[in-house]
Amino acid sequence: MTPTTAARTAPGTARGAARGTVQGTARRAHGAWNTAAALLILAVLLFPVYWMLVTALQPSSGIDVDWFPTDPGLDSFRKALDSQGGSLLTSLGVALGAVAVCLALAAPAAYGLAQFSLRGGQAVVFTTLITQMVPGIVIANALYSAYAELRLVNSYLGLILADASLGLPFSIVLLRAFMVSIPGEVVEAALVDGANRFTAFVRVVLPMSRNALITAGLFTFLFAWSDFMFALTLNTTDDVKPVTLGIYQFVGAHVSDWGAVMATAVLSAVPAAVLLVVAQKYIAAGITGGSVK
Amino acid sequence: MSTATAPSVTTPPAGVPKATPGRAGSRRTALLRWLFIAPALLYMAAFFGYPLVRNVLMSFQRYTPTTYFTGEAPFNGLDNWRAVFSDPLFTDALWHTALFTAGSLLGQFTLGLALAVFFSRRFRLSRFVRAVLLLPWLVPMVVAAVVWRRILDQEHGVLNAALKTLGLTDGGVPWLSSPSVALLSAVLVNIWIGIPFNMVILYGGLQEIPRDLYEAASLDGAGPWRVFRSVTLPMLRPVITVVLVLGFMSTVKILDLILALTSGGPADATQTLGTVTYQLSFLRLDFGQGAVVGNVLILISAVFAVLYLRANRTDFGNGK
Repeated sequence: MTPTTAARTAPGTARGAARGTVQGTARRAHGAWNTAAALLILAVLLFPVYWMLVTALQPSSGIDVDWFPTDPGLDSFRKALDSQGGSLLTSLGVALGAVAVCLALAAPAAYGLAQFSLRGGQAVVFTTLITQMVPGIVIANALYSAYAELRLVNSYLGLILADASLGLPFSIVLLRAFMVSIPGEVVEAALVDGANRFTAFVRVVLPMSRNALITAGLFTFLFAWSDFMFALTLNTTDDVKPVTLGIYQFVGAHVSDWGAVMATAVLSAVPAAVLLVVAQKYIAAGITGGSVK
Repeated sequence: MSTATAPSVTTPPAGVPKATPGRAGSRRTALLRWLFIAPALLYMAAFFGYPLVRNVLMSFQRYTPTTYFTGEAPFNGLDNWRAVFSDPLFTDALWHTALFTAGSLLGQFTLGLALAVFFSRRFRLSRFVRAVLLLPWLVPMVVAAVVWRRILDQEHGVLNAALKTLGLTDGGVPWLSSPSVALLSAVLVNIWIGIPFNMVILYGGLQEIPRDLYEAASLDGAGPWRVFRSVTLPMLRPVITVVLVLGFMSTVKILDLILALTSGGPADATQTLGTVTYQLSFLRLDFGQGAVVGNVLILISAVFAVLYLRANRTDFGNGK
């Protein structure tokens, strides 16, 4: 990854021309210092992540942890998988479910808001922006009552539906911002070919929006995977227990085995780490697109 | 800030409403088109609208631990509101929330901006380091808080171990066990979590500033600090507003972090509006009083929602 990034950040025209000259050498020396500073910043800010790993890798049940894993072992991970493996699967299932629900709702809505000049469409966009500000605990407070009546407490469906709310406003805003740029003629052409509005949407618009859909899906996945509030409030038994709730209960009881706790933490951070590596461009696009645009 | 060059945001001209082909007024077409939006609308009504309304109602109802068996929650006027407002814990939580939010935003924003400016320089690995720095923000907040809880442990924590080695403390700082330090510790952890988000958005904003503005400013003889104050900050203002408002929204309702780090303790020193709502509703099962605190939270958020929308107006006022 390094060579490509370096190539991409290589300064453009004017600066690049300076390379090889005295000025250019000075600049490169300067650049080395900057890189060193950047790595130092990285080390400081990522120390907790390092510490999490180191604690998890040492078999001393995490009491007196060495600065470096002198005798690394995977015992803690085995224990973590034994006690929290089910929770990890629950998290995965719930997060994937939330992504499915969220995209199924957001994609058509975003398309409608972007391409049809509907009376009241502006109000819908406005409302979508507003919903992003409703505190989750407030939703949980009222949702619990409704869920109790609908028998959705302690159910996968209930948690999936609630978690979809974490990504929906974001996804609508993001997808809409992308879909306004789809030329109307493309859809018109499909309509002329005999497709109806909906099939045109599925066959033409969705494939064109692939990247935006991936970005929205990734973020919804991360939001749902990280969800703690709904997991905590909408479950009263251990029937549906995502890993965030699992690790919370893990430390809520007297912690005797920090190694296993940290191993669980590492496992629950895996999706974030994986996405950071394989889906970097989508993440960057999502953060800027969802908030600024 | 009174520089004459302070440029305003480039607002694209208000979009011409998309021409709907032919006699678009046809009711059937409009109806079909609304079908695209209807599912999402229904969902938002159920998961955002309903809770908002229900919370207001609940705050005037008497909920007890037996309510969910009997189904009875009689209206009790302003009892919940009186009970909450006369509880010193509420006032404390309000104060803690204010301190926590202000401290977090100040730290996240300043450090995030500093890093954004730093990473705007061109150097090897810049892009890579910037990407990896996002990790703290992508890890589930509860998980991050649990890790920090271990790091900040007074006896076994690595932070105190380091401070002891450096001779800066003997008995170790009671990061999470002293009521006078715990809130500060929570702020520090939240700053750590929020830095990447601030950095990325502000970095994005910095890249949008036209280079010639900087060149013009330095031709005029402005030093780096002067350029930062007179060019960078004014140009960055819309982005700054967005980042601060979004930061405010996610910080004021904080729950995960505090619960996993301190559970609101010691001695209620880190109780915030979020944790108090949770405790009242889900531990004491007094959903009525919980709803009162929740409503206060909504009210506070609403004020800032207005700010956010004003900052965003350039966006949804027109097509793009």
